[in-house]
Amino acid sequence: MNRTLILPSLTIAQRELLRFLRQPSRVVGIVGSPVLFWFVIGSGLGESFRFPSAPPTMDYLEYFFPGTLVLIVLFTAIFSTISIIEDRREGFLQAVLAAPIPRSAIVLGKLIGVTGLSLLQAVLFLLLLPLSNISVSFLAIVSTLAMVVLVGFGMAGLGFAIAWRMESTQGFHAIMNLLLIPMWMLSGALFPPSGAATWVWWIMQMNPLTYNVAATRMTLYGLADEYMKDLPSIEFCLLISFLFAVGTFVVSVLAVRKRPQGLPIIDRR
Amino acid sequence: MLQSFQSSSRLTDEPLLSIKKLSHKYKNRVALQNVNVDVQEGSIFGILGPNGCGKSTLFKVISTLMLPSSGSAHLNGYDILKEPDEVRKLTGLIFQFPSLDRKLSIYENILYQSWLYSFSFNELLPNIQRLLSVLNLTERLNERVETLSGGLQRRVEVAKALVHRPRLLVLDEPSAGLDPGARLDFWELLNQVRTEVGTTILLTTHFLEEADRCDRVAIMDEGRIVSVGSPVELKTAIGGDILSISADDAITVAAEIESQFGLRALVVDGIVRIELKDAHTFIPKFVEALPGKIRSVTLSKPTLEDVFIKMTGHRFWGRHSVGEDA
Repeated sequence: MNRTLILPSLTIAQRELLRFLRQPSRVVGIVGSPVLFWFVIGSGLGESFRFPSAPPTMDYLEYFFPGTLVLIVLFTAIFSTISIIEDRREGFLQAVLAAPIPRSAIVLGKLIGVTGLSLLQAVLFLLLLPLSNISVSFLAIVSTLAMVVLVGFGMAGLGFAIAWRMESTQGFHAIMNLLLIPMWMLSGALFPPSGAATWVWWIMQMNPLTYNVAATRMTLYGLADEYMKDLPSIEFCLLISFLFAVGTFVVSVLAVRKRPQGLPIIDRR
Repeated sequence: MLQSFQSSSRLTDEPLLSIKKLSHKYKNRVALQNVNVDVQEGSIFGILGPNGCGKSTLFKVISTLMLPSSGSAHLNGYDILKEPDEVRKLTGLIFQFPSLDRKLSIYENILYQSWLYSFSFNELLPNIQRLLSVLNLTERLNERVETLSGGLQRRVEVAKALVHRPRLLVLDEPSAGLDPGARLDFWELLNQVRTEVGTTILLTTHFLEEADRCDRVAIMDEGRIVSVGSPVELKTAIGGDILSISADDAITVAAEIESQFGLRALVVDGIVRIELKDAHTFIPKFVEALPGKIRSVTLSKPTLEDVFIKMTGHRFWGRHSVGEDA
């Protein structure tokens, strides 16, 4: 690894974190609403929610906990990558793009920064674990946070790849509502695939986020809980999550590499 | 004088920046047409033109952020289109919109810029200290950019662009959004940068008085360079003075002057404009020949706007052709 990749990447990542810490309202915005969803929907559905393989003690507040964690990671990615749209035309990114650094350093820096933010907010959310019924070991917390890093990097990559192609933040909002939020809803975060209609089940199997949520759920329970038997294997979940992260990174780098080119001029003389 | 990023020129007898036959086409619009520009080391070169004339497209090509449809561009012998990283090392950029992070301090913005160019802060420290003192920023290093005035933010922007000791500083509409006082300060600053730091400067502008301060100016209109030279050369080429005659019926007055005196009289914005030598001797002749038709006559030395009108046939602002707007 050479200096023109690592130093600029870490610079971009550090800037992302520093900016975030200087805008405390962003923390409230990103952690606040998922926590509210979790608490209100979780308490509201309470014990009226049941699914086949779950133990009778599991209420919705508990089921919904890993999904909320993934939602926080998704929100972090969305709100941190949406800024790219204006930043590259009217802000800090203009100068970054004109710097003599590999385009991969620009993407890597941003993704590391956003992943760092996800991790920070995941830690805040995990402080609420005692309010759920989940009893966790230290190892489970560490492996969950490691999973947050993998999921966070993939989501940040997805956000980056989308934001880079957008002309306006409104466009990004449309994508968020039509693609990203439905992706999360059909990831096993809200309900398990096992009881869903066949077409929903198929969509859930095709959705990479399903494996992110499943892996997060498994790590949180230390891989051992009985009701996990309906989920895909942890190895498969990790593989899909890893491929998703690498894939979105590569797509983002390819997008940034492309210098806009003028159209050919036909000489009519 | 401070050492620039790379002091040895690959091709010493060439201009620092050389643009040849550059053309650029967007979806249905030609933004640049056969543009040729040479910028000599150590000069301040201005590209003057109204909004939408192609200046910003040219800026994007020079700053390696866009590839043109055709043509070539070289900086210090490096191909801007094919060797972007080499060119980026030699170029400092100031964009039309600020590229500072407003949530960071002056110090942090400059520190991050050094790191982005893969330098440790300490490697560049002598240069940074020098820049901060030239730009009068040393005392305010820890202030956040969002708390600074517009003029001061521009200073930080200049410091940031020069951190890595570029040979060429390129500025896109640097004075847009500054009040006249801040604009004047900014020009003092640019002159200081040229003399004390030794950086060649290329800027785009739509302010005529700003172009007047450059060593050389290229006048641009509708994607073409219509004239290049020093402001004095360009104005001298007009060949005399400018007489502006205000009249109730400007078109008739212009026609009569043309027929009676054999001079070329244009009507621009309801005013009759005539370029001629010894213009003062014509004033009594016109007044006598057109009794009661002339309201006032103004004699002036040509400005860059006059050069623009002569070369393009229309005013600097607005696309009315000469003679149409009376």
